[in-house]
Amino acid sequence: MYTITKNIKIVSFTLMAIGFIGLFYGFYTAPHSIEESNAIVASYGDHGHSSNHGSDSDYQNNSHHKENSHESEGHEVSHEEHVYHQLSNRPWSALYVAALFFFLISLGTLAFYAIQRASQAGWSPILFRVMEGITGYLLPGSIIVFVILVLCTMHLNHLFVWMDPEVVAHDKIIQAKSGYLDSKFFLARAIFYLLGWNIYRFFSRKFSLAQDKANDISNHKKNFQLSAGFLAFFIVTESMMSWDWIMSVDPHWFSTLFGWYVFASMFVSGITMIALITIYLKSQGYLEKVNNNHMHDLAKFMFGVSVFWAYLWFSQFMLIWYANIPEEVTYFVTRIEDYPLPFWGMLVTNLIFPFFVLMNSDYKRVNWLIVMTGIVILFGHYLDFYNMIMPATVGDQWYIGVPEIGGIMFFTGLFIYVVFNTISKVSLEPSGDPLLKESEKFVY
Amino acid sequence: MAEKILHAVYDDDDKLLAAVKKIKAANYEIEEVYTPFPVHGLDKAMGLKETRIAITAFIYGCIGFCFAIWMMNHIMILDWPQNIGGKPSFSYIENMPSFVPIMFELTVFFSAHLMVITFYLRSKLWPFKEAENPMPETTDDKFLIVMEFSGNEKDLKKLINDTDVMDIKVHTKIKPSHE
Repeated sequence: MYTITKNIKIVSFTLMAIGFIGLFYGFYTAPHSIEESNAIVASYGDHGHSSNHGSDSDYQNNSHHKENSHESEGHEVSHEEHVYHQLSNRPWSALYVAALFFFLISLGTLAFYAIQRASQAGWSPILFRVMEGITGYLLPGSIIVFVILVLCTMHLNHLFVWMDPEVVAHDKIIQAKSGYLDSKFFLARAIFYLLGWNIYRFFSRKFSLAQDKANDISNHKKNFQLSAGFLAFFIVTESMMSWDWIMSVDPHWFSTLFGWYVFASMFVSGITMIALITIYLKSQGYLEKVNNNHMHDLAKFMFGVSVFWAYLWFSQFMLIWYANIPEEVTYFVTRIEDYPLPFWGMLVTNLIFPFFVLMNSDYKRVNWLIVMTGIVILFGHYLDFYNMIMPATVGDQWYIGVPEIGGIMFFTGLFIYVVFNTISKVSLEPSGDPLLKESEKFVY
Repeated sequence: MAEKILHAVYDDDDKLLAAVKKIKAANYEIEEVYTPFPVHGLDKAMGLKETRIAITAFIYGCIGFCFAIWMMNHIMILDWPQNIGGKPSFSYIENMPSFVPIMFELTVFFSAHLMVITFYLRSKLWPFKEAENPMPETTDDKFLIVMEFSGNEKDLKKLINDTDVMDIKVHTKIKPSHE
């Protein structure tokens, strides 16, 4: 049985404290009026956003153009107001991306766990407690993300432009979608998804723990049925979640495989997190029965799902690039012109690096290589979510600075604390699982 | 030097694997094992050298990748310049995304086919080659261990009999067996 160490507590609380200060600083320094915003922009010097403006095809921009064409204020004011909204969005976006990313790591792990349960996998039961530890973050993560979404609907920020009735009034495309993109319906859907996922996590954990003390395998069977049902529920709600929480920040644009794309990203992050925490616990002398064969399988999943992610990313990119339809291609034009480094850099961290490092069968058994690749993958998938949200909310006013790093640190700290706290609650070995013996004897 | 050949027949892959481990533990040499399907872990139990086919797969993949780039560049850019999806830049790199599926497919194609051909050459297999299988039942549901030996027949037989064996036969070597 694992007990949470003092070091873990110190590290997580320090990260949370520094992260909180970073986020607070972000909110404090964000402009609160157009005048402040202009002062910030002026302090950049001559170069920067204004030269890029001609190529800026951000939708929010377009909607503000439309809005202002009705008044006679002219382009300059519209632009300044636009930049003001982007700058004031930045701390919110930093908070939202980090909150969402860590929540989705937990959700990806939950999906992986459900797949192991539903497929009656023989190799993985020995890792169930680690997975359940990571999904322990699901509930706090859900609450945080939901609170942020509620604050968005209260117009405290402009992350989701379609929530602004002023914008919708002058935008025919959003008007046509307003039946779905409606604040109340949006929150109701969020409650529906979050409840479903958390209920599954609650009962699956309950049955998993009950199985340890049981004489028969009825809990195991219940978990099997529950997991199969959850997966059907999950793949639909996950897809809708990705439209709601991520794709709708660009309300004109849509992609039919977006749900899969987001799923691949959270899935590989979740698997990577399982591998990292397993290696950490093993290095502390726990999980004696976990050996190279289990790490080999996790690393195979990291490798495979990284390639799967790249496949989906490219499928989305190539069709839009090839067809070159203006309302679709603008999504990538914004990213390539304003976000060249994160946009192309993420391909290196999420595909090329793990592909070459983890290709060799022997390397999948070397812990330090898995840890190194895992950290690169996690960083890369943070960038992936960054690229999904930021271009629509802060446009070319992006920077990975204090609020972004503060957001990552705060949620890393919270995540570490919650996960290790959950792991320390029960024995690390699911001793009653009927497949445990097969898992112990597993040879890849 | 080996004068006699021993054939030990098994009817289950787990029994075979246990027997191979036992024989190896007693320091006997196994000439060959015939099975109707690949038995997981048999190569390690027999102490075979690790295969190098994975390295060839990587090299063949690289060749396929380069071939695809050369081919598409020749066909679509040099030999008969094509207007690709309304992007008449006539440059390979600017039209690269549309070539990625071909690059991917040819990488897989080269890697897979050349790997199979390498495997055949390495195993000395070619069309119309006569089978060298000493016991055709091993293509159905039997597992066969072939051992060459010249020492004490009794000891070896005793060892094999201790495993979960179905049948043991000892032949005197007439002609040199394969390889």
